Amino acid sequence: MKFGVIVFPGSNRDHDAAYALEHVLGQQVDLIWHDSSKLGAVDAVVLPGGFSYGDYLRCGAIAKFSPVMNAVKKFAADGGLVLGICNGFQILVEAGLLPGALIRNRGLQFICREVQLRAATTDSPFTCTASKDRVYRVPIAHGEGCYFADERTLDELEAEDRVAFRYVDNPNGSLRDIAGVLNRERNVMGMMPHPEDATEPLMGSCDGLVVFQSLLAAAVRA
Amino acid sequence: MSAAAITPDLIAQHQLTPDEYQKIVSILGREPSYTELGIFSVMWSEHCSYKSSRLHLKKLPTRGKLVVQGPGENAGIIDIGQGYVIAFKIESHNHPSFIEPFQGAATGVGGILRDIFTMGARPVAVLDSLRFGRLDGSPNAARNRRILNGVVSGIAHYGNCFGVPTVGGECIFESCYDGNPLVNVFALGVCRKEDIFYAKAAGVGNPVIYVGARTGRDGIHGASMASAEFTEESKQKRPNVQVGDPFLEKLLLEACIEAMHTGAVVGIQDMGAAGLTCSTCEMGSRGSVGIEIELDRVPQRETGMTPYEIMLSESQERMLLVADKGREEEVFQVFRKWGLEASEIGVVTDDGKLRVKHHGKVVAEIPNRELADEAPLYDRPHTQPGRSAPLDSPGYASPNEETALLALLGSGDLCSKRWIWQQYDHLVRSATVAGPGAEAAVIRIKETGTSVAMSLDGNGRYSYLSPREGAMLAVAESCRNLSTAGAQPVAATNCLNFGNPERPEIMAQLVEAIEGLADACRFFDTPITGGNVSLYNETLGEGIYPTPVIGVVGLMPTAQPVSVAFQNPGRSVILLGGIGECDEREFGSTQYAKVIADRLWGTPPKLDLEREKRVQSAIREIVNAGLAESAHDLSDGGLAVALAECSFGSASVGARVDLDSDLPSHRMLFHEAPSRVLLSTAHPEKVAVIAARHGIDAPVVGVTIVSEVGVSQRGKKLIQCGIGTLKEAYEQALESHVR
Repeated sequence: MKFGVIVFPGSNRDHDAAYALEHVLGQQVDLIWHDSSKLGAVDAVVLPGGFSYGDYLRCGAIAKFSPVMNAVKKFAADGGLVLGICNGFQILVEAGLLPGALIRNRGLQFICREVQLRAATTDSPFTCTASKDRVYRVPIAHGEGCYFADERTLDELEAEDRVAFRYVDNPNGSLRDIAGVLNRERNVMGMMPHPEDATEPLMGSCDGLVVFQSLLAAAVRA
Repeated sequence: MSAAAITPDLIAQHQLTPDEYQKIVSILGREPSYTELGIFSVMWSEHCSYKSSRLHLKKLPTRGKLVVQGPGENAGIIDIGQGYVIAFKIESHNHPSFIEPFQGAATGVGGILRDIFTMGARPVAVLDSLRFGRLDGSPNAARNRRILNGVVSGIAHYGNCFGVPTVGGECIFESCYDGNPLVNVFALGVCRKEDIFYAKAAGVGNPVIYVGARTGRDGIHGASMASAEFTEESKQKRPNVQVGDPFLEKLLLEACIEAMHTGAVVGIQDMGAAGLTCSTCEMGSRGSVGIEIELDRVPQRETGMTPYEIMLSESQERMLLVADKGREEEVFQVFRKWGLEASEIGVVTDDGKLRVKHHGKVVAEIPNRELADEAPLYDRPHTQPGRSAPLDSPGYASPNEETALLALLGSGDLCSKRWIWQQYDHLVRSATVAGPGAEAAVIRIKETGTSVAMSLDGNGRYSYLSPREGAMLAVAESCRNLSTAGAQPVAATNCLNFGNPERPEIMAQLVEAIEGLADACRFFDTPITGGNVSLYNETLGEGIYPTPVIGVVGLMPTAQPVSVAFQNPGRSVILLGGIGECDEREFGSTQYAKVIADRLWGTPPKLDLEREKRVQSAIREIVNAGLAESAHDLSDGGLAVALAECSFGSASVGARVDLDSDLPSHRMLFHEAPSRVLLSTAHPEKVAVIAARHGIDAPVVGVTIVSEVGVSQRGKKLIQCGIGTLKEAYEQALESHVR
C-alpha cells in the first residue's frame, strides 16, 4: 500500500507516521508538501500530528486553507482513506470532514502519557481488525484534545456507530469518552491518540498497529 | 552615528571597568562610538566572554578518542560510529526565567536548540535541570509556585511545538533559589559526520545572509543582564527578556537543514546572546576574515531602530549564514519554500574587521579577533569557599523509620515529578526508549540501531559543603545513572551556576568545583565538550548554593531498557556495593537532614573514585548480560527511598529486606553514600560472580514480594508498609503543592 503523509509547516509527527508505515509495516510512503495541489497515486492519506502553522488562531484553523486540503477533500469525497492523528484530527474537524470540535483539555494542561482505549466499532477500515474485548494502550500528547459536539451530533455519531475509539480513562474531558470518530461514509477517521507511536516493543506498546493493520486488511478486501 | 558622548557614567552603565575601556581604546586606537561601546559591552560581558571563569575552564579535560568537536563551537560533538555523530550542550537561562518565567524558559529551550541545529544536527532530545525556591513553608511560596508554573509551561510550549521530546531532567526545591531559580536546558542532536557545519565565515566576497525572524527591540542587553546581580529594580528588566516563537524555530530548523544539504552554505551560526554582534564577529574571528554588513538590509520589526539597537537586539529565531558566491539563489529558494525571510546583509572581507554600516555610513569598525577572543581575562582572587553550615550535627529528633520514609517520599526533591513531565511531549520522534522517571533518559538513533543515554545531575547541598567533592559526586552520579541503564559514559557537558565571582569566597567555590569536575571527568574518561557558566546568581546579596550541573551522555546497544521497578515477586534483591559507610557529619548533607532535621551540616558523602568505577563496570556488565530484572542506583534519600521507588512499577511488586549493619537504623536507611545500586535478579549466583570479579560486595539483602515494602535490621522490624500508601505520598505531593 502507498501512504501519503501530509507535511504542513509545523507538522512534527510526520516522521513518526512515515517511520511506522515504512519501517515497521513495510509500506511505501510519500511525504506530501502542504502547497501541492495533487496527492499523486496514493492509497491512503495520513494527516500527522504537530502544530501546523504553529496552531496559531486555533488548532487546525489555518491548515484547513492549505492548498493540499482541497486535494484531500476530493480524495475523501472519492472514497479514499484519510486518517487524521492528533493535529491531523483537529484539521479534519476544522475542514468539515469530521463533525465536532477539539477544545482545550479539561485540566487546561498539555498531557503526554499512555492512555487506554477501546475500539467502539469494528465496522470501519481503521478498526476492522480490532477486538472490542480488549484494551489498547496508546499514548496521547496534546493540549487541545477534548472532543466536543452538541448532543444531537453525539447521539447521531452513536446511532450511526461512528465512534471509532473511546478512552477507558478519559484524560481530557472528551464528551462521551470519545477518542476518535468516523465520517458518515466511514472512509475518514480522526483520533487524538498516537497509534504511530505505539508500533514497536521499544516504544512500550505495539497496540497502535491495529489501526494500520486494519487499513492494510481493508485494502486487501477492497 | 549616535552623538551620545562617551562619559564615565555611560561606560559604567555598560558594566565596563575603566581598565576595560582603556583596552577598547587601545584596540581601536581611538575612542569608540556609542554603537561600538555597546558591541564591546555585550561581547565582553561575563555571559559571552567567560572572563572570570576562562582561566579555570582550561583545566577541564576536553579531548578523547570520540571527540569530534570540543568547546569553542556552538555545541560539542561526539562520534557514535557508523558515520554518525551527536551534538549536545547544556545552557542556563536563569536570569530571564526569574524575570519572566514563561518566556525566559521558552527562549532557553529555543536558544539551545539553535545551538544544536546550527551544527547541522537535528535535535532529538531535551533534558532540563530546574531549581526553585520552596513551595511549602516559605514566605515566597506563592511566587515560587508562579515561577515553577511559568517555567514548566514555557518549556512545554516551546519543546512540544518544535517537536523535540523532553525526556528527562531534575527538579529541586531549596530556599537559596528563592530569588534566583535555575533553568538549565540540555539538548542533543544527531547528524551524519560529513554533514557537520561550523560557525565559521570563509571565502572573501561571499555573501552574508540573515534568515528568520525580524529584528526588534527585545532582549537588548540580555547578555549583560545575565552578568549582574539582581536588585529590586530587576523586574524593570522585563523588556530585556526575549519572546520566543517555537513554530518559527521549527521552520528555521527544517529550512536550515535543507539549505545545508544544498552544499551552498559555507558556515552558519545562530543569533543567541548578543545577537547580530556575536554571530558576525565570532564567525569572522573563527575564519580569520572580516565581515561587513549594512544594517539597512537587516529585516526589522520596528521602525527607527538605531545601529546600537539592531546590533544588540536578542530577538529570537534568527540565523546568520555565509553562502558560496553565485549560489545564493539555492539558499534563498529553500527559505522561500519554508516561508522564511532571508536577506543578504553583507559580505566576507579580507581585513579581519567587523564593519557595520548604517545608511551607507560606517558606525562601527572593530577587529573581529580582539572583540571575540581577546576579551579581558581575570584571575579573580579566591580564598576559602564560602559556607556558613556547621561541621557537626546540631542534633535532631528521629521519627520512626516509616514516618521518615513517607515524609521523604512526599518532599519536594524526592516526590514524583509526573505533574511536570506529563506536560512535556516526551514521545515525539518515536525514539524514546526510556523517558522521564527512568534511571537515565535513553533515545535510540534509528539510523544506527544504537541508543544514546543521558543524565543531568547536580547537588547544591553537597556542593555548598564542598564544591570540589560536590562536583565530583555529580559526575559520579551521572555516570552511575548511565551505567545502571547499561550505557557506557563517553562525554559530558557542564552548566556552572554560581554567585558573584567578584567575592573571593564565591570565586573559590567556582574554582574548586571546576577542579573537581576536571578530576572526575578525567577519571571517568568523559571529556567535557562544551557548556555554560552562569555567574551573579544572587538577589539582594543572597547567593545560591554553588550548583554545578553535569550532563553526561553514554552509548549503548538499542535494547529494551532495564526497569527501575521490580518486575516479579520471588526475585533476589541485591545491594551492589553493599550498605556502605556514613558518619554523622556526612549525614548532614542528605535529604533526611533536609526534610527531617531541616538543617544542613557536615560534609558530602565520601566518594572513592576507584570503587565507583568498579561498581559501574559491574552493573553495566550485569545489565548488559540481561541478569537484572530491575536496577536503580542509590542517591538522594538513600536505600529506603530507592526501595520504595523500585516498588512503584505497574506490577506492584515490593520487597522484604533485612540489613546487616551496625549503623543507627535511620542512618543506615537514609544515608547517601555513592557507589551503590539496588537490583533484582533471578540469577543471584551469576550476579555474585560478576560482582566478585570487579571486587565489589553484592549482598543479597532480601526478596521481592507482592504489594508491600518491609525493612528490618538484623531481624528488628523498621518499616512495613503497603506500596499503595508509599505511592500515594510520592505521587500526590507535587500536585498538592502546585495547586
